[in-house]
Amino acid sequence: MTRPIRTKSSLINTNKKLNFVFNGKKYEGFQGDTLASALLANDVKLIARSFKYHRPRGIFTSGSHEPNALVEIVHDDYNEPNSKATTVELYEGLVAKSQNCWPSLKYDLMSINDKFSKFIGAGFYYKTFMWPSFFWEKVYEPVIRKAAGLGKLSKNKNNKNSEKGFLYCDLLIIGSGPSGLISAYIAGLSGIKVIIVEEDYVFGGSLNNEIFKISNMSPQAWVQSILKEIRKLSNVRCIENTSVIGMFDHGVFGAIQKLKESKLEQIFWKIVSKKALLCSGSLERLIPFQNNDLPGIMLSGSIRSYLNRWGVNNFDKVLLFTNNDDTYVTALDLISNGINLIGVVDTRDNPRIFDPKIKVFKSSQIISAKGKLYLKGVDIVNKVGELTHLKCDYLGISGGWNPNIHLSCHTGVRPEWNEKIYAFVAGKTNVSTHLKAVGSANGKFSLNDCILDAEKQVLEILSDLEMKPKKYSLPKIKEQSFEIDPFWFVKIGSQRKWVDLQNDVTVKDIEMAYAENFRSVEHLKRYTTLGMGTDQGKTSNVTGLAILASLSNKSIPDVGTTVFRPPYIPLSIEALVGSSIGKNFKPTRLTPTHNWARDNGASFTETGLWLRAEWYSQKNEFHWRMSVDREVNSVRNSVGFCDVSTLGKIDIQGKDALEFVNKVYCNGFAKLPVGKVRYGLMLREDGIVMDDGTTARMSENHFIMTTTTVNAESVYRHLEFCHQCLWPEMDVHLISTTDAWAQIAIAGPKSRKIISKIVDKQFDVSNKNFPFMACKEITICGGVLARLFRISFSGELAYELSIPTQYASSLVSYLMEIGKDENIIPYGTEALGVMRIEKGHAAGAELNGTISAQNLNMGKMVSNKKDSIGMVLSKREGLNTLDGLRLVGLKPIKANHQLVSGSHLFNSSDTITPINDLGYITSSCYSPTLKSSIALGFLKNGNSRHGDYLKASNPILKTEVIAEVCNPIFVDPNGDRLRE
Amino acid sequence: MIIDHPLLGPRDASEFIYLGDASLLNRPKWDEEKSEDNFYKYLYLRENVAGMHKELWFHQQGDRSWLVISRNTVTHEIFKVELATEFKKNMGKSND
Repeated sequence: MTRPIRTKSSLINTNKKLNFVFNGKKYEGFQGDTLASALLANDVKLIARSFKYHRPRGIFTSGSHEPNALVEIVHDDYNEPNSKATTVELYEGLVAKSQNCWPSLKYDLMSINDKFSKFIGAGFYYKTFMWPSFFWEKVYEPVIRKAAGLGKLSKNKNNKNSEKGFLYCDLLIIGSGPSGLISAYIAGLSGIKVIIVEEDYVFGGSLNNEIFKISNMSPQAWVQSILKEIRKLSNVRCIENTSVIGMFDHGVFGAIQKLKESKLEQIFWKIVSKKALLCSGSLERLIPFQNNDLPGIMLSGSIRSYLNRWGVNNFDKVLLFTNNDDTYVTALDLISNGINLIGVVDTRDNPRIFDPKIKVFKSSQIISAKGKLYLKGVDIVNKVGELTHLKCDYLGISGGWNPNIHLSCHTGVRPEWNEKIYAFVAGKTNVSTHLKAVGSANGKFSLNDCILDAEKQVLEILSDLEMKPKKYSLPKIKEQSFEIDPFWFVKIGSQRKWVDLQNDVTVKDIEMAYAENFRSVEHLKRYTTLGMGTDQGKTSNVTGLAILASLSNKSIPDVGTTVFRPPYIPLSIEALVGSSIGKNFKPTRLTPTHNWARDNGASFTETGLWLRAEWYSQKNEFHWRMSVDREVNSVRNSVGFCDVSTLGKIDIQGKDALEFVNKVYCNGFAKLPVGKVRYGLMLREDGIVMDDGTTARMSENHFIMTTTTVNAESVYRHLEFCHQCLWPEMDVHLISTTDAWAQIAIAGPKSRKIISKIVDKQFDVSNKNFPFMACKEITICGGVLARLFRISFSGELAYELSIPTQYASSLVSYLMEIGKDENIIPYGTEALGVMRIEKGHAAGAELNGTISAQNLNMGKMVSNKKDSIGMVLSKREGLNTLDGLRLVGLKPIKANHQLVSGSHLFNSSDTITPINDLGYITSSCYSPTLKSSIALGFLKNGNSRHGDYLKASNPILKTEVIAEVCNPIFVDPNGDRLRE
Repeated sequence: MIIDHPLLGPRDASEFIYLGDASLLNRPKWDEEKSEDNFYKYLYLRENVAGMHKELWFHQQGDRSWLVISRNTVTHEIFKVELATEFKKNMGKSND
């Protein structure tokens, strides 16, 4: 008899052929196929090798709960490992291959593991690879990883993109089977915002697998008709190819949408919904018996799916094995398609007779499957112990159905046992989740019950949302029955009976775990790895619990259950990362003079999110040190400018602004006059230094605070905390103006000359009228608003000029022009750093979160006559020891020796051990001014050690330099230049 | 997580930065005999509550307000979201 190539199905387009390759061989499938259905239709039964024993495995299910058929999808530039053949939609030119086998799928040498299975049962790794401990990392782990494992990453970059997005709705419906569609229909008509997501690439869920009639239509036609109605509603969004992977607090769900024929590969959606319905159906479970993992054995419902949905009909001799009524639907569908059904092996004594044509082996069990690479037949035994051998090439098993309640557990809610269907149903969801299971996912196993359940629950939701339903009609369906007897595993036989196919866990492993006292479900799971594969044991968990229950003579609910955790299906890290990769990983902040600097030879360095000019190379300079040394010398001898806009700027105004500033800095600000700037040291409440900067009093109630570049955000947040949480009664207003004002430092003995050229005439910047630490609001270049501060980080006569950001680039060009005679130069962060080290100013490397004011030689600055953040705890005994760390300068005895940051300090006669450690170097540089390497560091009792010689040792770089301890202020210790 | 901001309505938790126990609002006085001890307790000693917890969140990617959120640490249910300024002003007035 010749068979049609496929049985007729509206979901398979036999006019559209698709070519694909599996393990190097070419095959044909059709539009609508999954890789699995196309392989089955091509008689490819052996798909994969198992995880641990390398047993031959075939397709076991028809959905995302597949434990066996994991393959690698090969793209031009990268591979997608661990793809489920049962969910990969076939496309023209698809290339896939088996994984975890060597040299080939058929002759897998690692299947030798199978022969040693007696020795590598549960807990094998734990017991065997205990010692010697260093062997684990070097020997055992690499070998095991190679032998046991899933697919391999190609490690190539995927050229397709991922994105992330938000969706909002009143009602999220997860799953588009009968319950989902009815729910979407009724809810959609009422006008509320509905999103219905479907994991599959077609809507309809279980209805796609059936051929009975709904309202005199085929289920697929009914799906199309109701979808048409739903799609008319603009308030309902239907999204296919999308799996909800997790439920999080307050109605937030994660979902991954796979896209076809698009530059985007996937979108990770964060869906925020007021209510959610879990219409995820139910999943069939297996029955363990000897060799129940042979290719050709699959779930009964899956055989039905392949037959009805995909029209796969090359099943020659099919046998079914069940404890429930649903399998008879499969039996009838097989017969009506002319397939040779050997019969149904039913564990029950009096199963209902559905059709006299079906041969039923009642009160019977399959005790063993026969075959090497494929199923050839089974041995069955009846109540009185008669053994019969039956030949078959496919066997459909059904141990009952588990409502698919994975998502309902994600917020920590435990499932509850239902005695009627012998399965767990969703527990009562807690208040912050709003999720309810509906229909089959709620344990309603007849189509009528599903539809009535959906109707009831949607009406409840509409009433909760204070919406009224519109008129709707429900489909008519013939009554169905679902009867089940509990039957969990075949006890007969001593060979292995597989429970978790993906992780190769057998009944014997569970028995062994129990015997070794791993008896709680949580222990059992981890010891045997039951349910820990990429399928999370969707077909096997409950069976495993039942076996544990039978061993311990407890009921299943008494044994308890482990809970499912996100994600529902595996997803790539890439999906979660989305487009936040490469240059989009974080924003890049450019300084206002960035383009000018780029055009003038600057190299850039990252400081936090900022890119700052680190030095400006001139033509003859072939080493960065040449540029930096030149820049430092120019500033020290003439004048230079540097963009310091990245420093945080906080504008503080209000009647209580002065008091506020005085409370957040540990040093006194109460007497700061208008028109003056002061250095401020900010402590954390625990007395450790948080940040430092300058604060200028522009007018009576107006202050401008600067922070270090890296702490700009955290200091602002801290100030808002101080204001809002500690002193809300204060009249003070804060705003960050970092981006609004550009700030240019103009430093060097000739800087006043430059400043006088740009400041408008009416402002006097003479030393007398605008002395060190003065500040003023002025205008420059004929009316441009600016703020001038006479402050210095370099130690030279210097100014910082603040102007609205948009003028910055013109300003620096203009400075170059008017500064020609003075040989003005731009300088970068490296020269800035060299000069501040020469001047002994603490910066980020010194303010490292462990340093107190006293460590910085600023202990006396902390005023104990006023309340300020951190004052009280800065006086703690432990922070005030006499021999504590002090900021010191260090200079190598030989100028050509280099001091390295991170080196630790030791007395020159001491050995390099932690107990002799006296401190460490925080910053170091070559000082062109001193013509020597110099450094700043913290040294125990440092102030009384000036003049001593110490060893600066860096065991990582293997350097050791003898250096002299000195005053940290190397240049102009009295500060005369600042005041010139 | 969704935080129902008293001024801006429901916002995603990723816009916020968490600080910790709202007891940080009760900063001790600096000039009392036991102030060092009080500050030590204020800064370092916390209840590790399984249940209702008042805590501070900052709307960093939003209006920069500090919020006092009453959250059940077991179920994550949020019962109340208040502006810290309002909360602080009312602190003396009720037993909240």
